[in-house]
Amino acid sequence: MIVNGVAIDDTFAEAFGMKATRLVITADTPAWAMHAATAMTGFATSVIACGCEAGIERALVPGETPDGRPGAAVLLFAMSGTELGKQVLNRAGQCVMTSPTSALFAGLVGDDPIKLGSSLRFFGDGFQISKVFGAKRYWRIPVMDGEFLCEDYAYLTKAVGGGNLLILARARAAAVAAAERAVEAMRKIEGVIMPFPGGVVRSGSKVGSKYKSLIASSNDAFCPTLKGLTESKLTPDIEAVLEIVIDGLTSDAVAAAMKAGMVAICEMGAEAGIAGISAGNYGGKLGQFNFHLHRILS
Amino acid sequence: MSALVLTLREPPRQRVDMAGLDPRALAGRRLAEVAAAPVACGNRTLRLDALFEVSGDPIATPDSGEIEIRNASSRLDHIGAGMRAGTIAVAGDAGAYCGAAMKGGILRVSGSVGAFAACAMESGGIHVGGDAGAFLGAALPGERVGMRGGVVSVAGNVGARAGDHLRRGMLLVAGNAGPYCGSRMIAGTILVLGGIGDFIGFGMKRGTILLAAGPARLLATFNDCGSHDLQFLPLMYDKAREAGPAFAELAGFGSRVRRWAGDRGVGGQGEILIRES
Repeated sequence: MIVNGVAIDDTFAEAFGMKATRLVITADTPAWAMHAATAMTGFATSVIACGCEAGIERALVPGETPDGRPGAAVLLFAMSGTELGKQVLNRAGQCVMTSPTSALFAGLVGDDPIKLGSSLRFFGDGFQISKVFGAKRYWRIPVMDGEFLCEDYAYLTKAVGGGNLLILARARAAAVAAAERAVEAMRKIEGVIMPFPGGVVRSGSKVGSKYKSLIASSNDAFCPTLKGLTESKLTPDIEAVLEIVIDGLTSDAVAAAMKAGMVAICEMGAEAGIAGISAGNYGGKLGQFNFHLHRILS
Repeated sequence: MSALVLTLREPPRQRVDMAGLDPRALAGRRLAEVAAAPVACGNRTLRLDALFEVSGDPIATPDSGEIEIRNASSRLDHIGAGMRAGTIAVAGDAGAYCGAAMKGGILRVSGSVGAFAACAMESGGIHVGGDAGAFLGAALPGERVGMRGGVVSVAGNVGARAGDHLRRGMLLVAGNAGPYCGSRMIAGTILVLGGIGDFIGFGMKRGTILLAAGPARLLATFNDCGSHDLQFLPLMYDKAREAGPAFAELAGFGSRVRRWAGDRGVGGQGEILIRES
């Protein structure tokens, strides 16, 4: 399939099941809400070494938040509910509770709770106050700028991690420009994050390594400097490849984000130096969700 | 929605115990069976239809049934006591122990209720269009834990000792509250939009008493903690506004309050929050 001169490979992105939650952070100003959200989702690009993958889903206006202040919705993904619970609690305590004027709420409802305020409350050293309104319990934890308000529990859900696109370009600058345009379009889709810096990863990985201690290693088939050394998937004109990894609360959300990204890239076309779009297909080794590029675009 | 209607024939000369006449207890009974239900009136036990005209539709489903009590009187005690589900709508006044130990459902009273309404209540909602007597949401006599869940709203005034021994839940008062409001509170939340009597929060251990207007005086055993913007207040206002138009003005309330902590006379860490505009 060729769209506007951009070749779309007949392949699929291979994704896997994860556990995820959405949290809502609020603060007195949008800037402080974003500071807390940025800190909470920092060092969370890949579960390979970060424990979780996280990102800011979108900014929230006062009418969308529980306490009527500006806020941000963040999504966190991990390979298990236990690991997600640890990551959420550590990041809530160190990144949100510490942030001036912040409050923290669950952004999903469900039957599978993970602790928020029910653990963080102990920081209050006995001065914490519980408030129950309806079916929800909140904790008021005294801090130096007043109180940190935190919902008792967040709730996790089954999710999909590792949706991806590979942008094949004739120049590095063209690959970067296309990736930026794609990420901008994908951020408009609800329920997804692109956890890498700016939503983009240049060190795409394959499963396994020649070194037994590593579970993943450089995706040599897409490394342009190895075209003459390895079983490359790159044509001679490809000079740079960038990957966009997508984690989503549902497979539909991941597919919608992939479609938005591909459409944005194709709009730039071959004239912008974009040669093609591919995806990380690991031959079935990685996961149970397959996102076929042609099917998504059709 | 269809309802089982109980219309009081005339004001009873003695007090009537309405306990057990709730939607779940009467579910599945034909009107004739309901009419024959025993009711204690003074030292006698009467058939229900000796006091009430029974009409309307029998209750089919226990969890969503509705009972209307029309022409009600302040001598009808224990209305909705122990109810677990459904709705009871009272047109007129209700007597003592209205909604006592209630575990679920909704109880609406268009008039006023007597003493000990909502005492030992566990869950559900009680909405009073008029006033409430003393010991609203308190403990049953002899017990040391009061209301422990649910929402009670009173559009008018409440008597003394509202929220005595309150353990959990919300007491919302659109009018004035009598003396000793929130006395011996264990936890929970009381909101008073009108005036407030003396000895507020006497002996309280934890919990929140929020006042729209400052009291004439506070106990000396409450310590000033200063003025603050407390972020839980918008959540509380949102919940309280669900109780009806009597609380609509909360939409304009900000989150700034003066916080007094006590009752330090008993080592308490409760709080009296006084709204600041």
